[in-house]
Amino acid sequence: MITFYINDHEVTVPEGTTILQAAREIGVEIPTLCHLDLHSHAMDISNENASCRVCMVEQEGRDKMLTACSVVAWDGLRVRTDTPKVIRTRKMMIELLLSDHPTDCLVCFKSGNCELQTLAQDNHIREIHYPGAHNVCEIDDSSFSIVRDMNKCILCKRCETVCNVIQTVGALTTVGRGFETVVGTLFDLPMNETTCTFCGQCVSVCPTGALRGVPRNAEVWDALADDSKTVVVQTAPAVRVALGEAFGMEPGTDVTGKMVTALRSMGFDYVYDTNFAADVTIVEEANEFVHRFTEGGVMPILTSCCPSWVKFIEHNFGDMLDIPSSCKSPHEMFGSLAKTYLAERIGKDPKDIVVVSVMPCLAKKYESERPELSNEGHSDVDLVITTRELSYMIKETSQDFAGLEDSDFDDFMGESSGAGSIFGSSGGVLEATLRTAYEILTDEVLEKLDFTTLRGLEGIKEASVEINGTEVNVATASGLGNARELLERVRNGDKQYHVIEIMACPGGCIDGGGQPFFDEGSDILEKRMNAIYEIDKNKPIRQSHKNPSVIKLYEDFLGEPYGEKAQELLHTSFVLRPKA
Amino acid sequence: MLTYNSLRQLRDTANLELKNKLAQREDVGIKEDGSFYLTDPYFAKQTRVALRNCGIIDPLAIDESIATGAYIALADLLENDVPGPQIVEDITRSGLRGRGGAGFSTGRKWAEALKYDVEQKYIICNGDEGDPGAYMDRSILEQDPHCILEGMAIGGLAIGANKGYIYVRAEYPIAVKNLKVAIEQAHEYGLLGDNILGSDFSFDIELRLGAGAFVCGEATALIESIEGHRGMPRYKKFRTAHKGLFQKPTVLNNVETFANVHMIMLNGVDWFRSIGTEESTGTKVFSVVGKVNLAGLVEVPMGTSLDEIIYDISGGIRDNKELKAVQTGGPSGGCIPAELISETHVDFESLEAIGSIMGSGGMVVMDEDDCMVDIARFFMEFTVEESCGKCTPCRIGNKRVLEMLERFVEGKGEEKDLKYLGDLCVVIRDTSLCGLGQAACNPVMSTMKYFRDEYLSHIVDHRCPAGICSALTAYEVEENCIGCGLCKVNCPVQCISGERKERHFIDQEICIRCGVCFEKCPVNAIALV
Repeated sequence: MITFYINDHEVTVPEGTTILQAAREIGVEIPTLCHLDLHSHAMDISNENASCRVCMVEQEGRDKMLTACSVVAWDGLRVRTDTPKVIRTRKMMIELLLSDHPTDCLVCFKSGNCELQTLAQDNHIREIHYPGAHNVCEIDDSSFSIVRDMNKCILCKRCETVCNVIQTVGALTTVGRGFETVVGTLFDLPMNETTCTFCGQCVSVCPTGALRGVPRNAEVWDALADDSKTVVVQTAPAVRVALGEAFGMEPGTDVTGKMVTALRSMGFDYVYDTNFAADVTIVEEANEFVHRFTEGGVMPILTSCCPSWVKFIEHNFGDMLDIPSSCKSPHEMFGSLAKTYLAERIGKDPKDIVVVSVMPCLAKKYESERPELSNEGHSDVDLVITTRELSYMIKETSQDFAGLEDSDFDDFMGESSGAGSIFGSSGGVLEATLRTAYEILTDEVLEKLDFTTLRGLEGIKEASVEINGTEVNVATASGLGNARELLERVRNGDKQYHVIEIMACPGGCIDGGGQPFFDEGSDILEKRMNAIYEIDKNKPIRQSHKNPSVIKLYEDFLGEPYGEKAQELLHTSFVLRPKA
Repeated sequence: MLTYNSLRQLRDTANLELKNKLAQREDVGIKEDGSFYLTDPYFAKQTRVALRNCGIIDPLAIDESIATGAYIALADLLENDVPGPQIVEDITRSGLRGRGGAGFSTGRKWAEALKYDVEQKYIICNGDEGDPGAYMDRSILEQDPHCILEGMAIGGLAIGANKGYIYVRAEYPIAVKNLKVAIEQAHEYGLLGDNILGSDFSFDIELRLGAGAFVCGEATALIESIEGHRGMPRYKKFRTAHKGLFQKPTVLNNVETFANVHMIMLNGVDWFRSIGTEESTGTKVFSVVGKVNLAGLVEVPMGTSLDEIIYDISGGIRDNKELKAVQTGGPSGGCIPAELISETHVDFESLEAIGSIMGSGGMVVMDEDDCMVDIARFFMEFTVEESCGKCTPCRIGNKRVLEMLERFVEGKGEEKDLKYLGDLCVVIRDTSLCGLGQAACNPVMSTMKYFRDEYLSHIVDHRCPAGICSALTAYEVEENCIGCGLCKVNCPVQCISGERKERHFIDQEICIRCGVCFEKCPVNAIALV
């Protein structure tokens, strides 16, 4: 332990503690900008770039400035955060950043959530004394998921850390030098030509509006205004446990009922649940697994419901493209069924049906544009909006979201099991698969439905289940860096796995790139996760194959699970993509 | 493969051969102690330690290096089993300080790296000399590569490292080639590689080429670059000597420092301490450029006065002009005004005391025709270009400093800008992540301090006293014009009018201040106002 002083307050902390960490312990709020403690994002890493120089404090007696975020305190050190020099320095740093920043805050998508804006406000910046040239960059809106507006970049490099260190995707890197330095892509390629998987974690950590999702909410309003269209909406499992945050509700509140009410009042013709499609996915995937398992097919089977993960394996593990399940992701299955099964029932031409997906995810935007995810010329899903975009739309309707009555999803494609709801958290798909596959393989009733070892925010989780005397090894990875590690193990044959679930975002979809922004150091992810398992616990039916609406779907429309029609509508194929 | 004895025999025979060879040359003499020197007075007035072999031996012939003592010190240390701490102690006692810029004690740096008991440590030689017009390291690397290799091996022996890297600019192709040849030859002789001279000490050296970024001369950026990353400074939680290259204890010294290590071990600590001052021992090589009669590399004992360097050795100011200022320390050094020159001595303390730095040894001499505001602008332009872009003050702050100076030289400054500029420079100095940013404003701060009048002339009077800033100068035709028309014919923008044999007139709106009329006028009737 060492003892040092912040503004004359004695602080005793373990060796290796930074000035910032110690200051937080005694309630001294030193402003930061580039620093980000990613532990709260289920990532065991911090962005320790020390580049913004906003957190400078003064070392007493030496007239020296130290960066609080990176300097490890030592015994007897005396620092101050309250001197004229500290304040002048910090203000100047913020002014310099603003001098090369478009001050279009009123119309910036990040307004209200922008850390630079907050910093400027908290430090009472009212004038930029050092105006000058801007480093003007072309906006990259080439992809379906992410817009890069480097005019708003402050070079904190959080996105780079997330992309390279945590996700090991390597799509973003600093390029150029001096004033022209920007976070760019390899050879300055547009995003849609890079190896970016559109996980959107960069967007989640960006302190400003430099990285943002491609907005589609306006188009949703257009579709709702078009009387010739039947607009069908579906909501992903992780949306309902995070949407309330945008309305000041306690994190981890399940707002399913209010969300359905809001969507219905906005004019959606049918308000359905992706959880229903998740149940269908489980039935398909469990049957595919059983098929491969009993017929001596290739093992392990990898889940394929995360589009970001799918693009990652297509780029990085081209030799292993035969392993993932051929199942489409749940919202794509839903879209496919909406334009066939639902269209048939309501007597509409699929071309007049608009399927809108509300997702916690930015990669789903890109996924819905994949050409193979369509049927007879109709894209399975027409528009994907994020949890954030839905919150903007609800706010536009002037509704008091927190005060809304609860209501239920529409019948037919709105019913779901507990298994479908846990898709939103890392390990959930695997648990749901086991709940069904066990019963198919053994013909016995599974007594204990909870596979708790597969739950939690750890990057890689493993378990073994005995089925028919065979040890079935399962594993789940969240975060693409962890996925890479697990896949290397599979490739090297370190261990025989049977089922592997992979989610690109650390912690799973609850931490998706389209979820409401949250501050570092909070336990929001844990609360979202707990809410997901609470929904599962309270469901009367907790196994996908027992969902009555799913049973009816197979009886009335699809026939055999993993059968010919199911394969045609609900399964897909993968594309080999370049490594760089 | 050489042994201790065969190396010494080789030294003796090669020394005889070299003597015979050099006896043919008029420009080389032999001192009483048997060492060689360049006889030209320019060199004879210097104290050449790091540069002692430059221009004398053939760098591609290892025997000639050995003839002058290369690897002998290493052999002595190995044969006598001198322990690492003893070598570190010697280097500490010698008072040697880093020649790359900051002047940190080399011995203390080595001692820190020695402290850590780990298997892998590294020695790095920083040959990424980037200061414009500075060729100290280049000369040594090109002309005496073996003294560097030996210096590094001695460093490795001292701290317990078996691997060294030389990071050298790719823009120095001769240095790269000569180093490659030298490493190869040293290998052949068993002076590098496994079990050097049959001892149990192994040391190998690899070359790494810099891709042309000034900032890679900064230690942590250089390490990032060797590791294969973008050359950007790291923030240091640990000293490089604790966790440096690949997170291993690393000693990183400048080329000239290693050249001195070789000489200290060869001639002894006391010999080295007898040169220079108490706090700054030994010599320093300067690259003297600008308005002197003899530009070139000058090696003098620390503590030599600027007067001596500029007038006695470099032949004084060109065309008998007035000396105005001297900038030391490369693009981020400060400008020392003429009135302080005679009392300024080149050692770390003296230079820092007057707002400049030793740096790696750049020295730019300026005369009355130089505009100090423009000089500050020029150096800022360089650092803005070379900033890595990582931290806010250096990336944006320095750009804003440059923009302000650009406005000044265009006569668009305001008096309050001087305060803003001063404040900004201080904040950039105090907050930048690495030395490049911290020192970037030195030319601005020092010129604002010593040449404030020139700033005010630009800002308040819209006048450039030196007549350099074209936006603030005007050419006018005076009464003694004879109307010959030469100016009119040569003006590239046809802004001069007037009848033959009558006084001509310059249209200031069109004039681009190129000065052609001024040069062409046969009767000096064009005046710069």
